[in-house]
Amino acid sequence: MHTSSKIPAIQIDDLTVAYNYKPVLWDIDLVVPEGVLMAIVGPNGAGKSTLIKAILGIIKPIAGSVEVFGKPYKKQVDKVAYVPQKGSVDWDFPTVALDVVMMGTYGSLGWIKRPGQKEKKRALEALEKVGMLEFKSRQISQLSGGQQQRIFLARALVQNAEIYLMDEPFQGVDATTEKAIINILKELRKQGKTLIVVHHDLQTVPEYFDWVTFLNVKGIASGPVKDIFNDDNLTKTYGINYKVAVNQT
Amino acid sequence: MELTDFFTDYTLRTITLGTAILGAICGMLGSFAVLRKQSLLGDAISHAALPGIALAFIITGVKDPNLLLIGALISGLVGTFWIKSIVKRTRLKNDTALGLILSLFFGFGMLLLTFIQKMPNANQAGLDKYLFGQAATLVESDVWVMAIVTGLSLLVLLLFWKELKLLLFDADYTKTLGFNVRFLDILITSFIVLAIVLGLQTVGVVLMSAMLLAPAAAARQWTNNLGKMIVLASIFGAFSGVFGTAISASQNNLSTGPVIVLVAAFFVIVSFIFSPGRGLLFREIRFRKNRRELHQKKTLSFMYQIVKEHKNISRPHAIRILNNFQGFTRKTLNQLEDEQLIAISGNQWSMTQKGYDQAELMYTKLGTEND
Repeated sequence: MHTSSKIPAIQIDDLTVAYNYKPVLWDIDLVVPEGVLMAIVGPNGAGKSTLIKAILGIIKPIAGSVEVFGKPYKKQVDKVAYVPQKGSVDWDFPTVALDVVMMGTYGSLGWIKRPGQKEKKRALEALEKVGMLEFKSRQISQLSGGQQQRIFLARALVQNAEIYLMDEPFQGVDATTEKAIINILKELRKQGKTLIVVHHDLQTVPEYFDWVTFLNVKGIASGPVKDIFNDDNLTKTYGINYKVAVNQT
Repeated sequence: MELTDFFTDYTLRTITLGTAILGAICGMLGSFAVLRKQSLLGDAISHAALPGIALAFIITGVKDPNLLLIGALISGLVGTFWIKSIVKRTRLKNDTALGLILSLFFGFGMLLLTFIQKMPNANQAGLDKYLFGQAATLVESDVWVMAIVTGLSLLVLLLFWKELKLLLFDADYTKTLGFNVRFLDILITSFIVLAIVLGLQTVGVVLMSAMLLAPAAAARQWTNNLGKMIVLASIFGAFSGVFGTAISASQNNLSTGPVIVLVAAFFVIVSFIFSPGRGLLFREIRFRKNRRELHQKKTLSFMYQIVKEHKNISRPHAIRILNNFQGFTRKTLNQLEDEQLIAISGNQWSMTQKGYDQAELMYTKLGTEND
């Protein structure tokens, strides 16, 4: 399925990121092949969000390089869409749901040019895809947590990118929304898109994802779920007690 | 001072126009400060401008307002730059950096002011006016400068509307779309510094941040649309300027700056209480209405449980049997009767068809919501 001759969607070499001298990511090497639906798993403080932010150039690494389809991120901004953590913005901002989704079109518009009917149509389609069309005129603070998460997803869908980076898209959403979101992700993968998702629920990894990266400051392992999602790697990532904890539940 | 003087007096007209324009630009740019959660940045910048004013006077020896304002602009920008680099390069948080720079620059400014007072220069008097501002010193050229800066910032705002809105809501995301966040940040911060410096002469170092924040905070209460909020903040700001000037002109010796700020504060108080969506008053009204409706619904559903056991839904029952039920009060019962959901005669109540239908609907609705 993934031929090695192909340029990988994302290639990370020797990436090190530190906040105030404390390394958050240490010497990460990671290759994400095109067309995978990948989970990044690891304990709190493992640097999962930081990895995504470093790929996107939001955080500057102290060493290492990130390439998106063989080029630096800055040259590939139109190929990558980002779904931040829901809590990263103030939802009391004076705007409505449709407006937030429209923001996904801003990148392709470039500087100064305003969104028009075409962009609005794309935003409405994305809203429909995530089942939020009826809430398009709703003030965003009046949306539930799951609805806000869907709005962020719709905003990324509008970008029509090749790679989707998502920071805990299932955080604080109910089972129905989680199913709805994972269906959309699976559909995107079918279209050949690459998806990288920070994920917390280890139970659902084999069901949702076909690729997984174990991360705990250092890269532990990365590869197909069926090959590497095992007790050995989980223990290496989460510490010695992991096996015991799983067996008890 | 009579009201008619307000329209005929040239000086007063200039001052009024100046404070109105100042209020408008402050409201406009203050909206950005408030939404970026940088409310205190304005306070720090205005205090940081004081040593610039004093230094400009010491270096040039003349009290030309424009020269002094250029000094204020430079030291305001230096202060802002320091705050940002402290946050970026050290572990200190934003509020600490703001407080540090604010007091450091202000203290240094005050020191320079006392030093100037002891200088053998007849020209020295009046520099302390920049502490609380003196609108009376506004002349036509000042108003022109304000108008030009306002026009310029309006132009920038319209030009980069999309980008600035994005930056306000989600700065990280703005970066991932390929926009130069640093450029946008410098752009908007520079205009905020410029607006503050323009206001120093009128409102003064100490109260300037209120001019920036009050109109924006008031405007946020009335709308959930960014564009409308900014327009409204400008209007509130402009009216604060006009009313403030009028009040201080009609009362002798009331200094203009503080009065303008008080008028702006009045707008804030009114907005916080009376705005329909977010105001305290309507929130209390909504809360009471909800509570009343809940009581009614509880009582009605209890009655429904009793009634549905019988063939004839309108069969009267004793009010006494409701007494075991907590949601029941005589008032609730009367309200239900007013809405013709039940009928009361003597000690007995009976449900109407309308009441029965409504209670049934309530149940089916509850059922689907729980799915």
